[in-house]
Amino acid sequence: MSDPWTTGWFWADTVIKVAAVLAIMLPGALALIYAEVKVSAHMQHRVGPYYAGGRFGWAQPLADGLKFIQKEDLVPSAADGLVFRLAPYVVIMSTLATFVVIPFGPDLVVRDLDLGAFYLLAISSLSTLGVLMAGWASANKYSLIGGLRAAGQLIAYELPLLLAVVAVVVQAGTMSLPGIVDAQAETVFTVGGFDVALPFILKGQIIGFTIFLIAAVAELSRIPFDMPIAESELTMGYLTEYSGLRFTMFFLGEYASMISLAAVAATFYLGGYWLPGVSDSVLNVLGPGVLLAKVGLLCFVFIWIRWTWPRLREDQLQNLAWRWLIPLALVNIVIAGILKVVL
Amino acid sequence: MTSLEQIHRSEVAVSVELQTPDMTINIGPQHPSTHGVLRLVARIDGERIEEVEPVIGYMHRGYEKLAEVRTYAQITTLVNRIDWVAGFANEIAFIRAVEALAGIEPTPRAQWIRLILAEMARISSHLVFMSSYPLELGATTPLFHALRERERVLDLIESVTGGRFHPNFNRVGGVKPVAGGGSSTKTASQDLPAGFYEGTRLAVEKVLAVCEDIDSLVTGNELIKARTVGVGVIPADKGIEYGLSGPNLRASGIPFDLRKHEAILPYDEVDFDVAWAETGDCYDRYVVRLEEIRQSCRIVLQAIDKVPSGPLQAKVPRVLKVPKGQAYVRNENPKGEFGYYVISEGGRIPYRLKIRSTSFSNLSILPWVLKGALVPDLVAIMGSLDFVLGDVDR
Repeated sequence: MSDPWTTGWFWADTVIKVAAVLAIMLPGALALIYAEVKVSAHMQHRVGPYYAGGRFGWAQPLADGLKFIQKEDLVPSAADGLVFRLAPYVVIMSTLATFVVIPFGPDLVVRDLDLGAFYLLAISSLSTLGVLMAGWASANKYSLIGGLRAAGQLIAYELPLLLAVVAVVVQAGTMSLPGIVDAQAETVFTVGGFDVALPFILKGQIIGFTIFLIAAVAELSRIPFDMPIAESELTMGYLTEYSGLRFTMFFLGEYASMISLAAVAATFYLGGYWLPGVSDSVLNVLGPGVLLAKVGLLCFVFIWIRWTWPRLREDQLQNLAWRWLIPLALVNIVIAGILKVVL
Repeated sequence: MTSLEQIHRSEVAVSVELQTPDMTINIGPQHPSTHGVLRLVARIDGERIEEVEPVIGYMHRGYEKLAEVRTYAQITTLVNRIDWVAGFANEIAFIRAVEALAGIEPTPRAQWIRLILAEMARISSHLVFMSSYPLELGATTPLFHALRERERVLDLIESVTGGRFHPNFNRVGGVKPVAGGGSSTKTASQDLPAGFYEGTRLAVEKVLAVCEDIDSLVTGNELIKARTVGVGVIPADKGIEYGLSGPNLRASGIPFDLRKHEAILPYDEVDFDVAWAETGDCYDRYVVRLEEIRQSCRIVLQAIDKVPSGPLQAKVPRVLKVPKGQAYVRNENPKGEFGYYVISEGGRIPYRLKIRSTSFSNLSILPWVLKGALVPDLVAIMGSLDFVLGDVDR
């Protein structure tokens, strides 16, 4: 494949890829919203949406979206108008931007950056900036507390997240995401003529995977780490003053980042698009499906956690992060280093 | 100024603790976790609460004044709207006070039916707590389990009284003829609705099963423990000082239960234990309530075997005139001690009715117990005290 940077096809290529990402992401987020309402309903002995769309309530997320669009678009008079309006887009852009580096197949990646993992962590932290902007600009005390909690949370979970990824990078020997997937497709040993390759979760990264999942839930601000929103304490945290389309942006952003973080976790730990015993040319077709299946599995875990557990306190999250996750992640890096040398 | 002085001054400036202005935050009257229209004016420093001032009165309906222009029979319809989560329980102390004043002894059958329904009201009230308290801590699922079984209990109350929340079922000297039980108040043939006993046994079984569910979802949950153990500790002496009662006081290590000490219903003929705990934190208050559901189930099961036959209503004059006098009667409501002070100057209406409502006293400890707590603890503590705003403001 010729490099579009040099061929003049750059813009056409970019537009197609961006459109493809949007075409996957937005229906994906809607599907995830539907999955959340349905799965939570069954966990709670309810039916969930039932009528919208004729059967199974499949159109409920669309109906909700339409409803939000019709709502009055309120900007509080005391709010900082520009920042208030900008915040939801910062959140959703930072989420969508993570898809630039996630590989959906051997050749299906928007841009294979050498510093892919680094870019990913940097760009996904930007969403907290959007949250902080929303909290500050709303001119509401609940929003402010929510925004500050989000900032405190960022520091607490971003470090374990980073350190967990460092272990993966050490083991893979590269920061490029396709490179990380390739490293998981390498043959570890051969049994009866079959080449057995293992994803990183089975190559000693089980601790790292757990840390990554916990930190991802914190990044998503989902129960048990939803302190920035904390309905019963802060009404809706930084979202309190948002309504209409801007609220929809936050809402979609939340679910889109759930997909993106699940995709990242799948790529780092579960082998991404890769499936054993399938050639690269087939993987270009099957890859997106394989990745989405893994993403779906992880998203189910996120949903499962949310509807089972209560909320922790902010200081308890800090405790968890600094006293348990970070030391564990450091130990994990050492283990990864030893495994890298031994294997 | 010499440079030495400057250095000294800068050191002083650094050593001074960073002064952060407190923020005053208004929680309520419209807020997801204030159980109605309670307003808390909180002065907070970061997440720590410096001072809380509850502002009440948004729900005031003037029942004490309204009672002064109503006959005794009409007042029962007011009082079961005080603590609407356990409407039936509110009627009992009032009707017993009037009976004491009028010198009327209710029939044994009516007393037992009152006891059964009062315990059902306790179960349903505590099931509401079991659903709302985890919800305030962020766990949404127990709500559906608890409310589903509460519906069975409410159905039973409805089948007897005709009302789910506001039964208005007690009459001076007995209870109303049960729904479908015929109009006469004197025949022995009046019975509880068909299938009531079987329905009750089934409901008790289901309630006990949902207690197990809640046990596995909430009681042993590490996150719930992290949020509630050691949070909002109320020592026994403070609890007494602020006039706490019911499960809130029993969780602080004082097994004081009016059903044992001053029963106005035949509680001495049933076998049950008073649930209590020692530390008085939010977790204990939760555990005590869960155990009380189980004990109430025990009481109901025994009581339905003991209901005697006989009339539902004692002989009461058609126009009830209560002689001059006064009486204070209290009862163990789901939320604690609930008392009525009735003063009669003779005649059909009371001269004055003073309602000692539970939640009002239970809420009065908020400023003390919330001092120095964190904002998330505010919700945990407030929820664990289990007050209802209609009960606070009357």
